[in-house]
Amino acid sequence: MRPVAVIGIGKTPFGAFADRDLRALAVEASQKCLKNAGATPAQVEAFYLGNFAGPSFMGQSHLAPYVAASMGITDVPATRFEAACASSGAAFAHAHAAVASGVFDLVLVTGVEKMTSQQTPRVAEILAMAGDCSGEGKAGATFPALFAMIAQRHMHQYGTTREHLAAVAVKNHANGAKNPDAHLKKIITMEQALAGKPVSDPLTVFDCSLVSDGAAAVLLAPLERAGEFTDKPVRVLAVAQTSDHVALDQKDDITTFRAVKTAAEKAYRTAGLTTADIQFAEVHDCFTIAEIIAIEDLGFVEKGQGGFYSLAGKTCLSGEKPVNASGGLKSKGHPVGATGVAQICDVALQIRGEAGERQLKRNQIGLAQNLGGSGATCVVSILGAA
Amino acid sequence: MSGKVYTETVIYSAPEAFVKDVPYQIAIVTLEDGRRITGRILGAEVSIDDPVRLAEERGGVPYFRKAD
Repeated sequence: MRPVAVIGIGKTPFGAFADRDLRALAVEASQKCLKNAGATPAQVEAFYLGNFAGPSFMGQSHLAPYVAASMGITDVPATRFEAACASSGAAFAHAHAAVASGVFDLVLVTGVEKMTSQQTPRVAEILAMAGDCSGEGKAGATFPALFAMIAQRHMHQYGTTREHLAAVAVKNHANGAKNPDAHLKKIITMEQALAGKPVSDPLTVFDCSLVSDGAAAVLLAPLERAGEFTDKPVRVLAVAQTSDHVALDQKDDITTFRAVKTAAEKAYRTAGLTTADIQFAEVHDCFTIAEIIAIEDLGFVEKGQGGFYSLAGKTCLSGEKPVNASGGLKSKGHPVGATGVAQICDVALQIRGEAGERQLKRNQIGLAQNLGGSGATCVVSILGAA
Repeated sequence: MSGKVYTETVIYSAPEAFVKDVPYQIAIVTLEDGRRITGRILGAEVSIDDPVRLAEERGGVPYFRKAD
């Protein structure tokens, strides 16, 4: 396997955009990415598209060539990857494997979701398809409900509190307020976070990520060719994708995500690193409890300590392990299929020193953790300065 | 069929098919043989570790009620 680099990144802002459809968003991010790398559509040897539910949200299938051809990419493999909220993380993992193994040199990976054209109950119904529709779905479980049940159990076993959850929301909103591309650039207080409208006990609106439109793209190349395109290549040190049961009731312990632990172990081993080497991370905070469990499963803290660690401010921009400097899914937004690649863009932006107001000083090695469903897919990527 | 509540939540924001039921409680129940199953709760709200028994089954969904 040969070393691989991210040579270009591109994102649309995240938000609710009545004037832009799925294709327009994907094309915008992809073109920004190619421009960022100084590459042309003709140089792209394969197009990997991460998208969760375009067919349900938009009534359009066959999305990868639909997007690729409209920006002048034809005659190459163009394929959509679906792995719920880890759709573009999965696309990134497979693109990385293709470049690392020498199948292709330049691969464009784009993630996109267009969600705001549907009303909330329909959005909830589409998102619930990422769970087990024959069991928990039939019983009326929403996605927030699955994570609410995870939170109840985590609180029961480890003494995690509503304040712990709220601390994650407050921190991510503060970070997102510094991110010009974030969906909700709004600082919130602990009092506001605790008084949110209930969605599914114990989660309120302030514990839930946003329903957003948006797209993100990265261009991958073998490290040895990166210099042809950029003087700021970001090296991919490891990518690991793992899987587990889709249904929550099939997992032995719902306070931990087996797929996250196994992906993290594999990624650390591949990169030859330990948790202590990770200077910052973008983790999948689809719900506040998910960030707390992520930092535990990634080994940043002992099991059960994620909430206490968050409330103590250790994960804020000036903390010992900054998490979600971008604002995370909570504030940056969560266009489901775009999230995995957007996380890679945000880690790369930090390593390149281009993160503006939210730039971290310790920015040489960063991790991205992208979760699908209630933990049935996980992709952990570790990036470093080249 | 009876068991113990492993975890639960009361849902206030629902998918289209369940909007009429809001608010409603669902739970993952650990059955006596150790299997876990997701179902609805009827009647009084339940908490983790509460004993429950199957009240009925509708459309393949088990409905549990708090056991005395």
